[in-house]
Amino acid sequence: MTQTYLPTDAPPEQPQPTPKVWKWYDYFTFNTDHKVIGIQYLVTAFVFYLIGGLMAVAMRLELSTPNPDWLDPNLYNAFMTNHGTIMIFLWIVPSAIGGFGNFLIPLMVGARDMAFPKLNAIAFWLNPPAGALLLLSFIFGGAQAGWTAYPPLSLITAPIAQTLWILSIVLVGTSSILGSVNFVITILMMKVPSMKWSQLPLFCWAILATSVLALLSTPVLAAGLVLLLFDINFGTSFFKPDAGGNVVIYQHLFWFYSHPAVYLMILPIFGIMSEVIPVHARKPIFGYKAIAYSSLAICIVGLFVWVHHMFTSGTPPWMRIFFTISTLIVAVPTGVKIFGWVATLWGGKIRFTSAMLFAIGLLSMFVVGGLGGVTLGTAPFDLHVHDTYYVVGHFHYVLFGGSVFGIYAGIYHWFPKITGRMMNEPLGRVHFALTFVGTHLTFLPMHQLGLQGMPRRVAMYDPQFTAINQLCTIGAFVLAASVIPFAINVIWSWISGVKASDNPWNALTLEWTTSSPPLIENWEVLPVVTHGPYEYGKDNETLKGLEEAAPAI
Amino acid sequence: MKQIPASLLTLIAGIGITLISFWVGQHHNLLPEQASEQAPLVDNFFNVMVTIGTGLFLVVEGAIVLFIIQFRQRKGDESDGVPIEGSFSLEVLWTSIPAIIVVGLGVYSVVVYEQMGGFSLSAHGGMAHGHASVLVAQAPGDAAVTPLISETTTPTEPTPTDAPQYGIGATPLEGSQAADLVVNVTGLQYAWIFNYPNSGITAGELHVPVGKDVQLIISAQDVIHSFWVPQFRLKQDAIPGQTTELRFVATKPGTYPVVCTELCGGYHGSMRSEVVVHSPEEFDVWLHENQIAQASGVAQTVAVNPVDLTPSEFLAPYADALGIQSEAIASLHSHHS
Repeated sequence: MTQTYLPTDAPPEQPQPTPKVWKWYDYFTFNTDHKVIGIQYLVTAFVFYLIGGLMAVAMRLELSTPNPDWLDPNLYNAFMTNHGTIMIFLWIVPSAIGGFGNFLIPLMVGARDMAFPKLNAIAFWLNPPAGALLLLSFIFGGAQAGWTAYPPLSLITAPIAQTLWILSIVLVGTSSILGSVNFVITILMMKVPSMKWSQLPLFCWAILATSVLALLSTPVLAAGLVLLLFDINFGTSFFKPDAGGNVVIYQHLFWFYSHPAVYLMILPIFGIMSEVIPVHARKPIFGYKAIAYSSLAICIVGLFVWVHHMFTSGTPPWMRIFFTISTLIVAVPTGVKIFGWVATLWGGKIRFTSAMLFAIGLLSMFVVGGLGGVTLGTAPFDLHVHDTYYVVGHFHYVLFGGSVFGIYAGIYHWFPKITGRMMNEPLGRVHFALTFVGTHLTFLPMHQLGLQGMPRRVAMYDPQFTAINQLCTIGAFVLAASVIPFAINVIWSWISGVKASDNPWNALTLEWTTSSPPLIENWEVLPVVTHGPYEYGKDNETLKGLEEAAPAI
Repeated sequence: MKQIPASLLTLIAGIGITLISFWVGQHHNLLPEQASEQAPLVDNFFNVMVTIGTGLFLVVEGAIVLFIIQFRQRKGDESDGVPIEGSFSLEVLWTSIPAIIVVGLGVYSVVVYEQMGGFSLSAHGGMAHGHASVLVAQAPGDAAVTPLISETTTPTEPTPTDAPQYGIGATPLEGSQAADLVVNVTGLQYAWIFNYPNSGITAGELHVPVGKDVQLIISAQDVIHSFWVPQFRLKQDAIPGQTTELRFVATKPGTYPVVCTELCGGYHGSMRSEVVVHSPEEFDVWLHENQIAQASGVAQTVAVNPVDLTPSEFLAPYADALGIQSEAIASLHSHHS
């Protein structure tokens, strides 16, 4: 059951001897192969995930008591700031777009590499120095103004660390812009001619929407941050209120990027979901067009919702109302996707692989996160819970339940393709169980904390919130523990896992038609697309003539 | 199963989910007590969203759980599922239902926002009763909107050009009337300072009478702070260089926390104070006592430079409790003078 036929006589099973596959040390070089770069992104991002996770554990430990016991409050704020920055800019975005995007996009559209391989490598190699700058900032006290870095606080607290923080984000933003250009061109120009637009895998649609969004919004963040940099170091006063500056302008510049940033994080994950669910449910995706269009709709509407982060700030009434409505409207295309995935499950033959468990886990948690998001999008209610733990609970449901689960699902799904070896399924299930329980235990009680009156970003809090906070802390430890089986699984499987076939899941997208791991340049002969990416259960009709008849349903 | 028509099962499930949703919407007990006129408005709105959310949650999660049980791979079955690719009518249905719900919530939120007083900031003058869309511009002679500010000129209060541009103003009930009590609120690292312009009282906590229309004129000394009383369901950032306002009627005597919710530095978490809602008589007593105590103090600091009590000295006891430096308070006053 392969999607394509190779118009040569060479039997694809014949192993290609030597120099066609990269060696381990190639991964530490300036390599221009999109697969190497994808793996470089994924591994680097995972290292930062561990660092950001350790910061989170340190904070949760501090928050198990109401008083600042063992972390200095300034250090707590540095951890809080860098936890958020690392998780967003050095974990979710690089792994979802950089990692999966780079590895999969050329394979999925039938290209030999990205459009601009050297640009691609440059985009990746901007990330390690960015991470290094961020960690270096701890020598100077660490940036302490939150990942939002609102002036005037960011102007007066730890200026050297804040400058390093800005430089780091600008590097990551540059990387994101370079990568986005590459994705757009690759998808638009390098698709194999035999692939119709209606046969483009949904992951590619998602990456396309993401890249357009990144190109439109990232420069605005860069502008805001560079002005902030000038204010801190060169005596300008763009955001200094006592010298005629306006602190609210910064918030507009910041959120014009940083709200779309949540779609930058979640759209590629939506793409991963749209690939994983049909394969493991053995069903065509329900509503291909609706899911593809909804990605584009989210991309467009997502640009017009940023002020919902500023309802309590310097925001006039009309703006509060306009952005309430636009924010609520984003829920519609998002809902279309969720309903599409749920309907894909209907009538399937669901395989409970680790990848599928994480995908279903994501689905169930994103519903909670999405409903919480709708409540937050309305100005009158947001006035009550803005900047409280309700918000913290909500965005961790969306970003941990929504993004991290999707990244895990993607890793379990494509690991055989990436490494040529299968991951261990029982360990994967342990990993899933710990992650699922840990996520709920950590982030569900936070909603109540916020509603009752606990602000976010505090190292000390009212003692009445102690019990619920301790519950969250226990959950954080479960989450921290959940990484252990995953790390063991990845390392052990990579070295000595069961050898994977070219297409262990019987999937229909193009990346499964090449060897595992794929050769340099991906294919001996470029594939010819004969049918859509999700035509499961239609073997008898569509695929007849290409292979022996598949077993009847 | 076979004997019961699917439509009947759906109907029963629908009724059950509806009942559960309504019950959860009314009994979730997630919100703190209500102590302002705005609180019931926000809570009713939240309860409606919880009701709808519970319904959607049950339907979607229920479908997920049902499907993964019903359509799991049976042992030895390596075949594929049914090749259904979509259903136009179903997709139109599940696009339009959420669209209707969110538009409905949007309209409801505008109504709530209007009733809370969101549209009638004092800078923009009064607003016609009950019409969210009609903003009546303030006539030049209509300075009576903020009489307590314009009539007195103690040094710590904002000048008329500082009229708040953002926040929550008078509710339609209060119309364009002036507030009964105006309090200037200043946020600084890491304390709230409350100044009563008519009486010259400066305090570290907010005292207001129950049932009276109170207007807070909020400003910030150093960085952005955010003024929140969870029991009032009201929050507004204190922004350096701009003034904002919150207007409310406290409905229940008691002591409630004032929380800073915008990250303002290392000790942001300790920036807590209290709002004490008195009965009108108690409030008068409090006002009177403090007026006498501070008569020669804060109010005349700049004018006569009294030797007996500087603002920093006066605030020293509060400063200890709040963890702030007396220099910070001194700079606060010098800034305004």
